[in-house]
Amino acid sequence: MSIIDKKSLTRRTLLKGSAAGATLLATPYFFTKGAYAAEYCNMPGGDTVTLGFNVPQTGPYADEGADELRAFQLAVKHLNGEGDGGMLNTFKPSNLKGNGILGKKVAYVTGDTQTKSDAARASAKRMIEKDGALMISGGSSSGVAVAVQSLCQETGVIFMAGLTHSNDTTGKDKRRYGFRHFFNAYMSGQALGPILAQEYGKDRKAYHLTADYTWGWTQEESIKNATENLGWETVAAVRTPLGAGDFSQYLTPVLNSGADVLILNHYGADMVNSLRQAVQFGMREKQVNGKDFQIVVPLYSELMAMGAGEAVKGILGTANWNWQLDNDGTRAFAKSFGEEYGQPPSQAAQTCYAQTLLYANACETAGEFTPPAVIKAMEGFEFDGLGNGQTLYRDADHQCFKPVLVVKGKENPENQFDILEVVEVVPTEKVMYDPSIFGGELGPYEVQGC
Amino acid sequence: MDAIVLQILNGLDKGAAYALIALGLTLVFGTLGVVNFAHGALFMLGAFCAVTMQYLLTLSTRVKDESITFFEAYKEVPYLEGWFGDWGRMIIDYSVPISILLTIPVMLIFGVVMERGLIRYFYKRSHAEQILVTFGLAIVLQEIIKAVFGANPVPIQAPSAVAGSASIGEWFGLGPAISYPWWRLVYLTFSVVVLAGVFAFLQLTTFGMTVRAGMRDRETVGLLGIDIEKRFIIVFALAAIVAGMAGTMYAPILAPNYHLGMDFLVISFVVVVVGGMGSLGGAVLAGFLLGILQSFASMTEVKDIFPGIDQIIIYLVAVVILLVRPRGLMGRSGIMET
Repeated sequence: MSIIDKKSLTRRTLLKGSAAGATLLATPYFFTKGAYAAEYCNMPGGDTVTLGFNVPQTGPYADEGADELRAFQLAVKHLNGEGDGGMLNTFKPSNLKGNGILGKKVAYVTGDTQTKSDAARASAKRMIEKDGALMISGGSSSGVAVAVQSLCQETGVIFMAGLTHSNDTTGKDKRRYGFRHFFNAYMSGQALGPILAQEYGKDRKAYHLTADYTWGWTQEESIKNATENLGWETVAAVRTPLGAGDFSQYLTPVLNSGADVLILNHYGADMVNSLRQAVQFGMREKQVNGKDFQIVVPLYSELMAMGAGEAVKGILGTANWNWQLDNDGTRAFAKSFGEEYGQPPSQAAQTCYAQTLLYANACETAGEFTPPAVIKAMEGFEFDGLGNGQTLYRDADHQCFKPVLVVKGKENPENQFDILEVVEVVPTEKVMYDPSIFGGELGPYEVQGC
Repeated sequence: MDAIVLQILNGLDKGAAYALIALGLTLVFGTLGVVNFAHGALFMLGAFCAVTMQYLLTLSTRVKDESITFFEAYKEVPYLEGWFGDWGRMIIDYSVPISILLTIPVMLIFGVVMERGLIRYFYKRSHAEQILVTFGLAIVLQEIIKAVFGANPVPIQAPSAVAGSASIGEWFGLGPAISYPWWRLVYLTFSVVVLAGVFAFLQLTTFGMTVRAGMRDRETVGLLGIDIEKRFIIVFALAAIVAGMAGTMYAPILAPNYHLGMDFLVISFVVVVVGGMGSLGGAVLAGFLLGILQSFASMTEVKDIFPGIDQIIIYLVAVVILLVRPRGLMGRSGIMET
């Protein structure tokens, strides 16, 4: 006679029992690892991990987008242990092994933001829902970055912003799931202000022309505050529509305003046109209030400087990074990028490459892909060797703090890529600020997911 | 006062570009009855003729920068400069006026090919179909230019003799504050000459008379044994050349990019509608009028009272004029009306 009553041990009860047993065994994990794997978006199941690169492939910033994409592809190559490794060799402290991320090979999908917020959101959504992207990166406009960042917060996918310079990205619109390596308008103002005072004196009257969207507004405010603190007066700040083309009707009032400095808060094609037209209006030869009239471009980019030709020579501005900087990371990256593509990387490329490595390293540090753990690994992370020197990913607003470059259009370029010269590397403490000045809330670690 | 004079100059300058494009649009519409949405792209092609000419003239020997080892970095010395010294430099300096020599044949050939190869199949079809096909063509041209020249604007230099600004104020005794870029004055003069030339051609020559007759009553002209279609092909090519030259000369003012045509197209259509469909004089008048209004609307004093007026003024004026004069400023009856 057996202990178990044969009649009662049907197959069904056995199945029920084992299912209950399995549930019981799994219970302790419900509140830790296993649960995340089911709840979070696109946790990699197989032997690859997919990243989504959302860059402007069409529209006015297409060239910038193309350079970002080159950098992403190079970063993926290096993460997978191919090529010469680039900044993987100089990045420290690093847990990257050159065998993908957590042993999984890195794959990627790309999307086109068209430099429009709605198109960028749609393309990010497609990459998350259809292509299974675990992380989204890229963008070349603050409007786009803010829009995609909030989508990523809703879906619980980490967003590593590319080129975006508005204070809002890590200020009033900051998100727990969004991170920015690039510098911002406030830092440009803090870095540029003292140099402007030193070069052009403390008694100056400034006239702003500003691109009429989030980035333009915050840059105007930051530069205005920085220069007014030094004793400058702001005569007027005029908003111009994005893509105005001919700025003559906004430039002529400058001539009669009594201002002796023109500050152009423009970017991309707008910048090329407004700067060249200002030069045509004779502003660089003018004398106002007994001083030489000056033009300032607070945010420079190499691609933009190439487009402006002769007009940029001697004009001051700021940059996040330059391929001619003298440090190990920069040398390794410029060499690797240059050999791969036959041209030096732009600052947009550098920030995108750095962001990809930083994300991958955070996954390795956390030992898992679950976003809250990866976010925590990045918050407060201090590192070096990515081209900018000692850098901090501040936990309070997910903004990177590192030295800022004040640059000037080079008078006598040595070659076709030798456009900007670094005037000064402004140390991090000079551009630091209290995160509360811009407001905003990071939001929760735990989100509903997709 | 100074500000007003300057804004009038700005307006005339902008208006000149609008007028040159709108003139071609109206010519094509009046003769062939085709609504040509690719006309802005012709302006853009003209600008890229200047880019091409600048590229050709500055073809360079490349002196490698030995300090850079991991990619090709070099300093460029144009062949022309190497061969002819100062003369070579001067030719490069005058690349924009020289490129007109390239623009005219290129636009002539392009205009004829476009008309024979595409537009003529749409004469008898609806305006909606004409708009779709020409808009499609504009996008194709735009993408080709982007593929060849990239998406960033290409800077074009005006000749150094006219690169600075002229102190107009002193010429007329209005004080030193009024100065205006030389090249913009050149552009304005050029536009007036071209506009006058086109009007003279249409008013004073037999060819022009036949074309005007054909615009009025195509059938009767045909019955008189005149092959009006052949003449209309020439008119189409002429419109293309005018748009192309306008684009070439505008290149130093606005760095050409592939999107240039679309930016001008929409405004030019408003200009045509305000001026009156089919009226050449109306198109020119409306071009200058809207240019000037747009400049004044951007003045800080005006914007303080009506924020954002600079971006809507053109459309606002179009609405008002169409309400008061439904056929536009100088429109005749029977055009686009059944």
